Amino acid sequence: MSIDNLYQEIILEHYRHPQGKGISLENGVEVHHVNPSCGDEITLRAAIMDEKVGVSYDNTGCSISQASASMMWELVHGKPATEVLALEAEFLALMQSKGQGTDEDESLSDAIAFVGVSQFPARVKCALLPWMALKDALLQNLRSNNE
Amino acid sequence: MIDVAAVKRDFPILSQRVRANRELIYLDSAATSQKPESVINAVSRFYQNTNAAIHRGAHALAEAATVEFESAREKIAHFIGAQSHEICFTKNATESINAVTYMFLNETIKAQRGIQVENPHFALQAGDEIVLTQMEHHANLVPWQELALKTGAELRFIPLNTEGRLDLSDLESIINNKTRVVSFVHQSNFLGTINPVNSIINRAKQVGALTLLDACQSVPHLTMNVKSIDVDFAVFSGHKMLGPLGVGVLYLKDPNSAPVFLTGGSMIEKVTLEKSTYAQAPQRFEAGTQAAAEVIGLAAAVDYLEQIGMEVIHRHELALTKLALEGLMQIPQVNIIGPTDLQERGGIISFTLADLHPHDVGQVLDEQGIAVRVGHHCAWPICTYFNVPATTRASFYLYNDEHDVEMLVSGVTRTLDYFGVS
Repeated sequence: MSIDNLYQEIILEHYRHPQGKGISLENGVEVHHVNPSCGDEITLRAAIMDEKVGVSYDNTGCSISQASASMMWELVHGKPATEVLALEAEFLALMQSKGQGTDEDESLSDAIAFVGVSQFPARVKCALLPWMALKDALLQNLRSNNE
Repeated sequence: MIDVAAVKRDFPILSQRVRANRELIYLDSAATSQKPESVINAVSRFYQNTNAAIHRGAHALAEAATVEFESAREKIAHFIGAQSHEICFTKNATESINAVTYMFLNETIKAQRGIQVENPHFALQAGDEIVLTQMEHHANLVPWQELALKTGAELRFIPLNTEGRLDLSDLESIINNKTRVVSFVHQSNFLGTINPVNSIINRAKQVGALTLLDACQSVPHLTMNVKSIDVDFAVFSGHKMLGPLGVGVLYLKDPNSAPVFLTGGSMIEKVTLEKSTYAQAPQRFEAGTQAAAEVIGLAAAVDYLEQIGMEVIHRHELALTKLALEGLMQIPQVNIIGPTDLQERGGIISFTLADLHPHDVGQVLDEQGIAVRVGHHCAWPICTYFNVPATTRASFYLYNDEHDVEMLVSGVTRTLDYFGVS
């Protein structure tokens, strides 16, 4: 198992040129998540407007957590909330697949490259950090919309 | 001089291949050390021949187990210049520090309820001060934060300087008449700095404060004598000094006047339904069945260390540290966090590499078989002070050699290449 599986070119590309980074959204629910084992941090703001999810974020951390946030942003920004939550579930399943992938993972587009990360147990949390932050913020949004 | 090749042969784990059939270069002894065969065998022999509950039972095995356990205690105590009854066993150094903070908390609660306390030193009042340093491991920070919260005592800190050493210039105001306890690290697990123990303890004594030394990174690597430094408490973990996981030590200068913390079986003198009196030290601090095999394993580790000699081990680690600092500092993208000279430091080196995250650095080193620690090393406030999210840390022990250092330095260069950093 080579680290080239982990650091696939598309991942390094997003790490070097992160998409959507920087808090640009003015409103929405803001969450702050950390990975206490290595100190990775993300601040993420999400809002649901006209059924569509808006996301912006700022983060520090390793290449895997940064690339994951960048790809996540590309994948979910502007999509309906139900679809975003389904993608989150799919990404979680991919990260738990221990390198095997899942039946539905093509929906994840470029983020499918993270299948390599799922072979490295110590790095799974890095990849999941932005997705966990997003899920948290979205559920808070949905809860407050229902109230 | 250490015959490292011979030492390595004593550690079965070090001969294994990792990842893509790489030799294992283990540079993470500050997290936990590897174990020589003699330690593994001592643990295994106990379970094969002697296993029984110590300090109870009238049978042959119970007697043999008790004798082995108590002679292990004597050896471990002697190793730090203490007497047998002055050390008690815990799960690890973290538990040892927590135990001391609970001594304070328990006596504070008793005093607040008007119950007579055995030792007024331990009863805190709002406004009392607890002094720590800015370079503490979370284990010597968080328990004191909790104690301060519950008692109204206040925390004060001896600050760091940019060199990664303590700035003692305000020591006299930081440790003052309100100070009740001063708890600090001997050798930093993050920076490698060895702190001026005597200056701090002397100042604490001037104001009548109790002192605790976190000796996790010093007892395994230096000659340590708790009597000559005259500290009130010292703590360390067996697993960082070639011993098994799961056993730590708490040294108490005046053990019979220290309040009990864990209560129950084995630590009592007399019990009625209404109240109990407690045994003399060390039993008074060892409630419940003890991890006898691990304690006996730790004594075997002490044998191993003494056979090589702590002075020899310290010199060996300093020589490796010198080589590593020279090698790493020739790489322009390396930034050492901590002292860059060999004065008052040990074999722990933390560094950052360009703007690469240490998790990524550790991953590429790992692919080459090099085991380092990455992260904040349970000392987040040091990262905050130096404004880095995390560092990569290499730490040396008696089974490391120049080849391991060369592998580290070339591994760091390869990491730069891998991520295309020039």
